[in-house]
Amino acid sequence: MNLKALFLFKETRANGWVLYSALSLAALVWIALYQQLIPFSEWIVSLFPIERQSHTGEAFAFFFYDTPKILLLLTLIIFITGVLRSWFTPEKTRAILAGKRQILGYPIAAALGVVTPFCSCSSVPLFIGFVAAGVPLGVTFSFLIAGPMVGPVGLGLLFALVGWKIATLYLVFGFSIAVIAGWVLGKLKLERYLQDWVQELNTAPINTVPDQSYSMTDRLHMGLDQVREILSKVWIWVVLGIAIGAVIHGYVPESVMLQIMSGDDWWSVPAAVVVGVPMYTNAAGAVPIVEALLGKGAALGTTLAFMMSIIALSLPEMIILKQVLTYRLIAIFIAVVSLGILAVGYLFNILL
Amino acid sequence: MKQVKVYGPGCKRCDTAHQMVVDAGNALNLEINVEKVTDPRQIAMAGVISTPGISVDGKLVHAGGLPDETKLKSWLTA
Repeated sequence: MNLKALFLFKETRANGWVLYSALSLAALVWIALYQQLIPFSEWIVSLFPIERQSHTGEAFAFFFYDTPKILLLLTLIIFITGVLRSWFTPEKTRAILAGKRQILGYPIAAALGVVTPFCSCSSVPLFIGFVAAGVPLGVTFSFLIAGPMVGPVGLGLLFALVGWKIATLYLVFGFSIAVIAGWVLGKLKLERYLQDWVQELNTAPINTVPDQSYSMTDRLHMGLDQVREILSKVWIWVVLGIAIGAVIHGYVPESVMLQIMSGDDWWSVPAAVVVGVPMYTNAAGAVPIVEALLGKGAALGTTLAFMMSIIALSLPEMIILKQVLTYRLIAIFIAVVSLGILAVGYLFNILL
Repeated sequence: MKQVKVYGPGCKRCDTAHQMVVDAGNALNLEINVEKVTDPRQIAMAGVISTPGISVDGKLVHAGGLPDETKLKSWLTA
């Protein structure tokens, strides 16, 4: 219903007070819906001929509680970040990063990776544009790793579903991996493992778009555009993730989970990474799985390593990057990031 | 005749942007030649890093997201 209202916005492109009152109304509807989540989910489950206390009942309750909750949260998070991100563009980010060879370039790149809007479909032109403009390769990698790994969607959902402590730990360590992995990759001098034509591009003339100025109305519409665009793309992964989370929540006995993911065995973290890397979903789809795993007593380090490897390294992204990177460079990239994730996993399991 | 290029690796947004340009050209009764550029190398050479990008007669006028319709028409008639 919310979504339908958004589609109507697009047609009319409401301005000024119409837009503001429509958004305020949407906010009220959002709050009202958010408060009805538990009664709603219990009511839905009661419609099925299943025992509420049974495994199936638990799984259904998880699914029908988490699905509307996550979709509501996603709408809000995407809208807010969509509006905030209208102040950042890949062009501005590139100008800031170009020529930053100093050590400070890596954290700046990682921070900009979090706030700069880019979809995976434009990661190739973005990558080339950065490298051709003289942004060092390692700094570019810091940017590309941080974007998906500590994006606002994953963080916001972790915050709302699992709690602020874990969300903060995730932010700090995800960010550190992006910075350190970028730095290591930069030190390795991998420029020669770029595809040949990318190396030749280094002297390409850089054309720039004249500065685009936006009004507040433009920015709010950009937020709404983002909600439409991203929700239509990710909802299937979200529902899938929640379904997996629901199965874990309802059916997997705690003893089994403790055995597999307790963190006592040295191999549990690498196993989580090995399983996580080929899995593909986005942050929004991974969080419900993480929520269910933690609920069953899985060790924090193992679970976070699992989440990071799902989000930060994915097969489709590697296939896209294959256009600009050689297999060798892709392998090194995966190895360095995986090592970082392993380190974080072990660190958490030891500390907590 | 104006040469318009729409740069994008083939995502949904890029197709939409391409269609918007064609529609705007038709609405204004303009004779324009609209070309879709999907090769990453050419996209990079044009200086586009956020897609879809639009250039008119070799001059980049837009990058990243869908263009505003009024602005789009002003680029085509400029």
